[in-house]
Amino acid sequence: MRAYMLVIVLYLLIALAFPLYVMLSKSFETYAFRFDAVEFQVDRGEGWGETLNAMALGEGLGVVAPGALVTTADGRFPATRFFPDFSFRAKTLYRIRNTKEGSGGFLVKGRPATGTDWFELTSGEFRRVQIRPTQATGTGNYLSYFSTPALFTSIHNSLMIAVISTIVTVTLAFLYAYALTRSCMRFKGAFKMIAMVPILVPSLLAGIGLIYLFGKQSLVLKVAEWAFGEETVAPWWDMLANGAYGPSEIYGPTGIVIASVFFTFPHALIIIITALSIADARLYEAAVALRAPKPRIFWTVTIPGARYGLISAAFVVFNLVITDFGVPKVIGGQFNVLAVDIYKQVIGQQNFQMGAVVSVVLLIPALIAFTVDRIVQKKQVALLSARAVPYEPKPSRRFDRAMFAYCCFVAFFVLGVLAVCQYAALIKFWPYNLSLSLGNYNFDVMDGGGWDSYANSVRMAFYTAVVGTFMVFTGAYMVEKGKGFNSGRTGFQFLAMMPMAIPGMVLGLAYIFFFNHPNNPLNFVYGTMGILVICTVTHFYTVSHLTAVTALKQMDPEFEAVSQSLKQPFTKIFARVTVPVCLPAILDISIYLFVNAMTTVSAVVFLYSPDTTLASVAVLNMDDAGDIAPAAAMGMMIFYTNAGVRLLHAGLTRGLHRRTQAWRTR
Amino acid sequence: MKQGVFSQVFKGTVMAAAGLAFVAGGAVAKTELTVYTAVEAEDLKRYAEAFNEDYPDIEIKWVRDSTGIVTAKLLAEKNNPQADVVWGLAATSLLLMKGEGMLEPYAPKGLDKLDPKFRDKDNPPSWTGMDAWVASVCVNTVEANKNKLPTPTSWKDLTKPVYKGHVAMPNPNSSGTGFLDVSSWLQIFGEKGGWEFMDALHENISHYTHSGSKPCKQAAAGEVPIGVSFAFRGAKSKAAGAPLEIIVPKEGIGWDMEATAIIAGTGKLEAAKNLVDWSITEKANKLYNEGYAVVAIPGIAKPVKYFPEGITEAMIDNDFEFAANNRKAILAEWQKRYDGKSEPKN
Repeated sequence: MRAYMLVIVLYLLIALAFPLYVMLSKSFETYAFRFDAVEFQVDRGEGWGETLNAMALGEGLGVVAPGALVTTADGRFPATRFFPDFSFRAKTLYRIRNTKEGSGGFLVKGRPATGTDWFELTSGEFRRVQIRPTQATGTGNYLSYFSTPALFTSIHNSLMIAVISTIVTVTLAFLYAYALTRSCMRFKGAFKMIAMVPILVPSLLAGIGLIYLFGKQSLVLKVAEWAFGEETVAPWWDMLANGAYGPSEIYGPTGIVIASVFFTFPHALIIIITALSIADARLYEAAVALRAPKPRIFWTVTIPGARYGLISAAFVVFNLVITDFGVPKVIGGQFNVLAVDIYKQVIGQQNFQMGAVVSVVLLIPALIAFTVDRIVQKKQVALLSARAVPYEPKPSRRFDRAMFAYCCFVAFFVLGVLAVCQYAALIKFWPYNLSLSLGNYNFDVMDGGGWDSYANSVRMAFYTAVVGTFMVFTGAYMVEKGKGFNSGRTGFQFLAMMPMAIPGMVLGLAYIFFFNHPNNPLNFVYGTMGILVICTVTHFYTVSHLTAVTALKQMDPEFEAVSQSLKQPFTKIFARVTVPVCLPAILDISIYLFVNAMTTVSAVVFLYSPDTTLASVAVLNMDDAGDIAPAAAMGMMIFYTNAGVRLLHAGLTRGLHRRTQAWRTR
Repeated sequence: MKQGVFSQVFKGTVMAAAGLAFVAGGAVAKTELTVYTAVEAEDLKRYAEAFNEDYPDIEIKWVRDSTGIVTAKLLAEKNNPQADVVWGLAATSLLLMKGEGMLEPYAPKGLDKLDPKFRDKDNPPSWTGMDAWVASVCVNTVEANKNKLPTPTSWKDLTKPVYKGHVAMPNPNSSGTGFLDVSSWLQIFGEKGGWEFMDALHENISHYTHSGSKPCKQAAAGEVPIGVSFAFRGAKSKAAGAPLEIIVPKEGIGWDMEATAIIAGTGKLEAAKNLVDWSITEKANKLYNEGYAVVAIPGIAKPVKYFPEGITEAMIDNDFEFAANNRKAILAEWQKRYDGKSEPKN
């Protein structure tokens, strides 16, 4: 058992700790020109002159300053700048060499030369010689990060977006959860289901929907013009779009916040519903008996009772928003945020070192939010004692109606965004040719991976669900039911909590550095479906782990004691008792992994290969290329798949409940 | 007892892993070449089919992505290359790789037929060109009329106040096309004039995009009236029914070429050479001509539908080495001038 636990610990080390370590060291990999390691000789027709050191030469001329040698891997310095009298027509001959092996060397005829032999060149050839930077270790990247305003303003932007989205989402989700738990309105089940819909789509689909709704060719505007006439609508629209009340252009912070609220809403809602449904009715009775007015009861009973849930929801939303990459990429316009900066550095400029630096910076707020959340969670004690009486809402016509109206509004918005995406996907050429067509579903001719990517996504999600559920549940079993080896179990618990705080983008980048290293024996995983599965399982490990632990905690430890005294191996009780009892939780974990594997973008965007293109990445790439209608079409395919699997899961759970969970009801 | 259980579980894990590897791997029969490319997805199948007519024994395994991602991938894999050949990547990217010593110099058969512009200057060349993609301005005529915008005819026109907030262009820090535009303006207007031009243009820019084709597609969809993009994209959107006019600014236009190279250290050098030989044949060039108006072998290109006229003449004498060597400095300067200012306008 201990040995098996070591296997899972090893997995988490390989899939999480080592890649992050490699990435951290990458961020300290600097590049600087080592001119002191380059020498020249010149022949102006009178034989070779004395040997000149480039550093001394450059400092003498003032073209090189000792502090200004830091550059990036693609930095180049023309050798001709050491010779102010240089003319490529002159008959002068030049020699150049490195004084030692292992420096960055220089480019001759476009190719790198790092040896210590002299190269003899005509002035025409010498014109093209460029000095390359040498790799070293240091904090230089961080210094240049914080001295580049374009880069570090992103920290401020990211924090601002995350804070605003958190406040808005938690407020809206609280109201919604309040309606679901504390009112007697109708259709609660339907409202709850609709609110969960955003979990089933990639976050960037919300951005796409918003572009269709409020972009320059806004559907809302078109409908309004059709209903009220162009003249009536135009001034209103201008006022909105031109920002009479601050920036309201959908491309930018406004759009990011709205889309972020859309995709984080269900996450916050689940947590707050749980927090609100554990209220003790006796407290309310006491308050009413003391004649406390309603607002007072709300602030002194309801809110304190739900405060841990609210704090937890806030941190989850904050983490989701600050690490999300899809939304700001699609709708952020020029508004720079950290997650997009990583992408721009790595993909746009191939500056991996700076990408690693931004990743480390992005880790900090995520880690803080995560730590605070853990501390708060620990403080939470059971509010519901055995004697508590569950709270039952009483009908109140006005309140129920108001809550119903609010829920309708939210549900309308959620479904509206999806409906618009589906509508747009079926339009031939928005907004100039509104006839219906399936042309946008012809993914094979779009830049993104075609229908194969859809099949790959389903496969990947399936493997992730199977492998992940197995890993997570057995891992949680070891932690929860294992005996002895306490330090190992605590270490494991810590490792299992880590992925929550690691942005997907950072994980993906760390995987490139780690798995594609030529000396890594696990190198063969790179570019396969395997690495995508490993990355996705790791990325979503924490929530699955917590679900499994919660389910296992409900089981009496006596089972293990009995089986041990009967000299039965732990595998037997595991397979015969634990797994059947925890089957609903196991199904929950697998569906969670499946749905997230279908929608994840940030973690896998660096890792897929031609055989393993994914639907969610295809949405991103098609949007990137400007094929926004096909992107919406693919996004909706992901939605239908997830919704189908979800329904299947609901049916399965119900059936299983009847067969294996009968013991719960007496 | 415990030992037995563990080894059983372990066996299970290994078998599961093996199963995964099998699913991921797949069978190998012919010589399989891993080819990295940034060619549009819809063209890849045609290219591979035509190549297999002549070389049925070589199977191409495409790795396709946008220019930036392919370049990043190749550089990230520098110490452990996964690709055998690069077929259809920007010459500027290949120059970068040449500077890292990643390319295998090779003079393919029929090299002398190519326009000298379309090959690496050195002998043997590290890369050979296929076709050129050329900057252009896409103007949405419907939106332009609605906003009463005159049709621009030159780059300088785009800096006029009338276009304020009506122009989109790719961000050179994330798009190869964006960098192509910026480096061409620096060559057309000179260093000082180029930055002055961009300062003025920046005032009119509605937004910078991450990809090079997006401005034109956005212009096609009416999200912005004018998009600085490339001609190929404009022609495609026009063919799809967008009310577009493709403008060739009269000062001249920047361009980059798609090129082919062998990755140094490939274990399949013979097959790789066959592919590169084929990639510069007349047959291949005719294939490129279906999407691109300008190809490597002079005199064989036929006009492409919806392409603007006079595009070959308007192409500037592009200095690729200037672009590659100064890339870092140009991008840093651009970022300092325009990216730091991309705060929301209140």
